[in-house]
Amino acid sequence: MSDSTNEAAGERVVALTVNGDSVRRLCPSSRTLLDFLRVDLGLNGSKHGCDVGDCGACTVLVDGIPRLSCITLAVEVEGLAVRTIEGAGPDEARIVAAFDEHVASQCGYCTPGIVLCLSHLYSEDPAADDEAIRQALGSNICRCTGYTKILAAARAASQREASQPAQGGSDE
Amino acid sequence: MSDSENRPGWAVYATHSGEAAEGGVLGRAGPKIDGRARILGAALYTDDLHLPRMVVGKFVRSTQPHARIVSIDVSGALAMPGVVGYAIGSELPQKYGVIPVAQDETAMAIGKVRYIGEAIACIAAVDEETAHRAVRAVKVEYEPLPAVLTIEDALDPSKPHIHEGSRKPSNILRRIFQEYGDIDKGFAAAEVVIEDTYEYPGSTHVPLETHVALANLEPDGKLTLWSSTQNPHYVHRDVAHVLGMREQDIRLIKPTVGAGYGGKCDPFCTDIVAAHLARKLRRPVKITLEREEVFYTHRGRHPTRMWLKMGFAKDGSITAIDFKAWAEGGAYASYGVVTSYYLGVFMPLPYTLENYRFESHRLYTNKPPCGPKRGHGAIQPRLALEMHIDRAAQALGLDPAEMRRANCIAPDTETCNGLKVTSVGMRECIDAVVTASGYHTRRGALGPGRGLGLAASAYMCGALHPVYQNELSQSCVQLKVDRSGEVTLYSGTADCGQGSVHMLAALCAERLGIEPSDVRVIEGDTSLTPVDLGSYSSRVTFMAGNACVSASDKVREKLAAAVAAKLGVEPAALTFNGRRVFVTTAPDRALSFVDAVWLAEEMFGPIGEVGGYKPHKIGSRFRRQSVGPSPAYSFTAQVAEVSCDLETGIVVVDKIWVAHDCGRAINRTIVEGQIEGCVYMGVGEALFEEQRYRGGLHAVPSLLEYKIPTVHETPEIETFIVETHDPNGPFGAKEAGEGPQLSTVPAIANALHDATGIWFTRPPFTPEVVLAEISRAARAAAQRPPESS
Ligand code: FES
Ligand code: FES
Repeated sequence: MSDSTNEAAGERVVALTVNGDSVRRLCPSSRTLLDFLRVDLGLNGSKHGCDVGDCGACTVLVDGIPRLSCITLAVEVEGLAVRTIEGAGPDEARIVAAFDEHVASQCGYCTPGIVLCLSHLYSEDPAADDEAIRQALGSNICRCTGYTKILAAARAASQREASQPAQGGSDE
Repeated sequence: MSDSENRPGWAVYATHSGEAAEGGVLGRAGPKIDGRARILGAALYTDDLHLPRMVVGKFVRSTQPHARIVSIDVSGALAMPGVVGYAIGSELPQKYGVIPVAQDETAMAIGKVRYIGEAIACIAAVDEETAHRAVRAVKVEYEPLPAVLTIEDALDPSKPHIHEGSRKPSNILRRIFQEYGDIDKGFAAAEVVIEDTYEYPGSTHVPLETHVALANLEPDGKLTLWSSTQNPHYVHRDVAHVLGMREQDIRLIKPTVGAGYGGKCDPFCTDIVAAHLARKLRRPVKITLEREEVFYTHRGRHPTRMWLKMGFAKDGSITAIDFKAWAEGGAYASYGVVTSYYLGVFMPLPYTLENYRFESHRLYTNKPPCGPKRGHGAIQPRLALEMHIDRAAQALGLDPAEMRRANCIAPDTETCNGLKVTSVGMRECIDAVVTASGYHTRRGALGPGRGLGLAASAYMCGALHPVYQNELSQSCVQLKVDRSGEVTLYSGTADCGQGSVHMLAALCAERLGIEPSDVRVIEGDTSLTPVDLGSYSSRVTFMAGNACVSASDKVREKLAAAVAAKLGVEPAALTFNGRRVFVTTAPDRALSFVDAVWLAEEMFGPIGEVGGYKPHKIGSRFRRQSVGPSPAYSFTAQVAEVSCDLETGIVVVDKIWVAHDCGRAINRTIVEGQIEGCVYMGVGEALFEEQRYRGGLHAVPSLLEYKIPTVHETPEIETFIVETHDPNGPFGAKEAGEGPQLSTVPAIANALHDATGIWFTRPPFTPEVVLAEISRAARAAAQRPPESS
């Protein structure tokens, strides 16, 4: 099979970076990014919750921005950098530790998407406040926790928590 | 005043148990042992599993609420490339269901359909897309029948029977009538009688993981089935039953489950048809429901009409309760027989009551089947009862909190309907939320459109009697202790996110003086793990926890004997803590846990123990009282603070204070999380959620249309844990995963009355409903001569 588009079969080669690794795969052009990650690459951390963009369980980062992979085609992210929960690294360490400590993940189905949304939030605003956290999680459904432990964990992962008691206020 | 305050082992809310746990594990906060696997996306859920040569199944579903199936033509589908096979209902004629007296369901419809969305056939294809297209190519010809769509329809004998030929010639699955004490005398003694009707809507669970099953036929003819179930044991039994296989030839594995809340308690068509197709096609078959299909699969809250009449004496004590309920159950029984009992049996809790009568009906309609949803059957009547108490308090000029407090049952009480109650932390719960919320000073003082409301409730910790009659253990735990020091715990339980894996590890670690993370928990695999009846009725901590403590104690006994011999002391002189076994009075005389295991193996041979739990026989005065009694009961109180925009009708729950008597918190963070999850789900039912229909057609079968609270609509929740150390719970633990939901909706309804002066008797309290009631109240007020309110 050549690298070029196989229009007849509706297939195309998609080349992108996933969690830092270059990936080239032939896949149907109708394949969603979520299925591409799960089925073609075996990255199961992103979940099917609804497949129509309503729940956030499939959230991944595309060039650092949260994106619903169930309503994104694999071919749309050609050439871009995708990060899934399997790529969680030092940037997410605080978030993961806080989620663990606060048991902010019950069944866990929503958690990878939420962790990635927070990762994006803190990359832009390391000392995000409660309102910013809520805004960042507005399109992620968690049916288990009542969000209370998620917010507590997110708060603990924000630099704001660490900086405030010491300085008696924010220096923003 | 009861004698509860003097009870030994009594601890006050918001403190630890008082005595430190020997192993140092009980009552800790913080992580669960399986937390990181879920957070990092490493935990494998059923849909994450793939097998070589696997195909996927997709259901053809009914477009008719009630119709005869004239023909099913799958030829168009089978002609499509990539389609490998199919199954239709008549291939699986065996009826099944968890409740033995109400097995009315087949895996797929046979001969007629009973609701829109019912599975009729299943097409297997090489991938989802092909299966999708193939399903659309299946032609089903129907001959429509008149549909039974409402409670009125179901009670109308002239309507067609949804289950013709069943033993009961009507659409009433079950009617329960129970009477205790002397109702007439009770009402005669009343100073105030309150009577009203309530309508509680149907709602559904919405676990984020949909229902999934994967089946594989082994070369020896045995079958392995992976299922996203809460109840591996019942699925195991029913799949064998329907397939005509021996249970021992089926291995049922429950991978990580993306929650259930009661929605994954039944064996589903996914399980049975995946297993059937794997045998028929000799290929692994996976069926993953789509979100829309989960709304049809349902098994959620029964929409319930209720009539409640209560008599109250001058001092606020309850002189009598007369209660009637009609629960619309959809097309199949599911757990509906149990629902019909649960609607009534918990009403005599938590307030003293001598005269009680209830009559409940569980009805069939041509809609997706209702079943057990968190707080099963007890949620609906609790709204009516707790609102009646506030209404009586108003009529009698009493304080609603004091009135509830004064009427709480005492510990070690038998209710009028024969429920034997051990530990009771009801007053402590009420005190905690009343104090924290400033209920006494702030209620009635927040200004127009704002209010505070209180409600209390009680719930069970597992059913005393198993679903199918037997004298066996309801929970079993097996421990293997390796000379490396690793402890492996085998349990048939099904953690769906509630934390039962950690609960088991923590109890075992507490007894053996090791860390929970030293315990590897293998659960929910019928070939590896001993039976546990499943994650329903809030039974797991109490029952599996007790089985776990029993098995752990046996291991501990052996270790203690070996170490005692070595150190020349009595076994009772030893403490297990910090991965060491040491002489309590001389902590330096110690062996490491690993050495203790080594010594014990030398003395006794390989170390493995089993523990089982079966509730001790609690004789009831009432023989018919077989559904409802539990070995223990949990108690909850909560205060809701709401704002209601009187112009738009929009209600916002600003805050919930909740206190829950869980007996004892094995892990405080997990207990809080369960309580918060309950409150969240209650807020959803109070304000937004309703399984609505147009005729028999689900009107809102998506997450966009079926409104559930997001982070923006979820109130701040302040949680208090009350510990009462139940005499029969493992280390005194009871439950936390369901009970706290019972009082959320009535607390919000009572708060809405404080905010608006209106008793809202029909959730969800949407802007439309609220505005309609406000204008109705305004019209009524305009017609009345002025009076002081
Ligand atoms: S699966 Fe993508 S938003 Fe729900
Ligand atoms: S933890 Fe279950 S959905 Fe969020």
